[in-house]
Amino acid sequence: MFDFSVVSSWIHQFLTSVMPEGLAIFLECLVVGVCILAAYAVIAMILIYMERKICAWFQCRIGPDRVGKFGLLQLFADVIKMLIKEIVELKNTDKFLHALAPYIVILSSILAFACLPINKGMEILDFNIGVVFLVAVSSLGVIGILLAGWSSNSKYTMIGAMRSGAQIISYELSIGMCLLAVAIFTGTLQFSEIVAFQADGWLIFKGHIPAVIAFIVYLIAGNAETNRGPFDMPEAESELTAGYHTEYSGMHFGFFYLSEYLNMFIIAGVAATIFLGGWMPLHISGLEGFNAIMDYIPGFVWFFGKAFFVVFLLMWMRWTFVRLRIDQLLKFEWKILLPIGLFNLVLMILVVVFKLHF
Amino acid sequence: MDITLQNVVFIIVAIFISVFSVLTVTTKKIMRSVTYLLFVLLGTAAIYFLLGYTFLGAVQIMVYAGGVVVLLVFSIFLTKADENLNIGIKIKKVLPILLTVLIGGGLIFFIIFTHNFLPMASTDAIEELNMKTIGFALVGGGKNQYILPFEAIGVLLLACIIGGLLIARKR
Repeated sequence: MFDFSVVSSWIHQFLTSVMPEGLAIFLECLVVGVCILAAYAVIAMILIYMERKICAWFQCRIGPDRVGKFGLLQLFADVIKMLIKEIVELKNTDKFLHALAPYIVILSSILAFACLPINKGMEILDFNIGVVFLVAVSSLGVIGILLAGWSSNSKYTMIGAMRSGAQIISYELSIGMCLLAVAIFTGTLQFSEIVAFQADGWLIFKGHIPAVIAFIVYLIAGNAETNRGPFDMPEAESELTAGYHTEYSGMHFGFFYLSEYLNMFIIAGVAATIFLGGWMPLHISGLEGFNAIMDYIPGFVWFFGKAFFVVFLLMWMRWTFVRLRIDQLLKFEWKILLPIGLFNLVLMILVVVFKLHF
Repeated sequence: MDITLQNVVFIIVAIFISVFSVLTVTTKKIMRSVTYLLFVLLGTAAIYFLLGYTFLGAVQIMVYAGGVVVLLVFSIFLTKADENLNIGIKIKKVLPILLTVLIGGGLIFFIIFTHNFLPMASTDAIEELNMKTIGFALVGGGKNQYILPFEAIGVLLLACIIGGLLIARKR
């Protein structure tokens, strides 16, 4: 198993040998920050291409295929277009808040992104309370959305922001319930320990019924949390033009767009980490030869493979189901999903107490 | 005194908090005031992270930034508040305000200058507080454990929920 901490500790030793430790840590933080931003942008581009192709597949179309081979250069064309567009200034609005809102949204999503353990020894933010931190920072994004809706000074954006706020706050509860069930089962909140716990079998196999229920509830709530269909009321284009980001243009719109896709990836990445074992290869106890072969595949391949598989599940949901109404959406969360989550929590406690798991 | 990275970060965060605290009360627009308050709360969370109290920092972000600020923004949305706050100070109120400021400031400076700050043993030795320790302290019944306040707060919150439901109930 390739351990990335060998590389990082080698870099740290090299830097501390030529400069004071404070400066070395500062430089390392800077490099890690740049790496996060680069990975963020690259993953967003991959996701946008994937969404277009999968959407086209579900709708029996071909999708982008003109710019470059298989339309691969379409993304770069889109990014360049987004970058050189003018950022329109609106009259009678709070310009400072209008410009600030996309940055709050993207800050929250980058902080949550940094929590994901990509490979062995490649955790960027690995606190003892990792899961709590992830939930905390991802709840910051809603403030950016509310500010964006309010500062655009338009009815469409205002209604979109209100819907989005109500939706995100409601569905956060279900996500919390699922994460809590996992925390009960693994007995830790730290992402690296959750992954280490799954060395002899992924949690979805070990925890059987409650884990599967938690996984499904998590996927539904995660789709709602990222404001994607069938829960895309905040930006229901037939009613609200584009919801809370109607009045944004250029790269400010691009930030909302990026963070929407990356939030989907974070939901998928967390699901892959806590239910499907993160970077942990598929291990079946008893088959030593098979386990050894699986160990040769590096961890980040496993992680991205699982994460993109969950992304595919989320896209499948998005392009299959029709949009709900806002009252149906809130009723669904409070009257169906949350009771299931609470019941599942009790079930998980029973399974753990009576040791009914594998 | 040699300046470590810890000190530098602390000074940056402290200036950040102070500037935005002042801006929170001096700005004329209610929405900007809320936004600056959000920055102050995030800065406080940063101080907790700097001290190694990651749980407290995460809770600070979750409860204040993710909860209280969102609640404030929602209440501003729903009440259609006056966008510009025109708070002029009347002559009659100058004396009480001055008195409050003097007493408050005096108290804070008195505490700061008379408090015996413990010298930090080593800046590298700041350890993350284990979540298990916090959990056992919170719901344990032994010495220095907090089961009673925890339960009391639980009952209080239940009463709040029932009260909210009663008010929101359709007759």
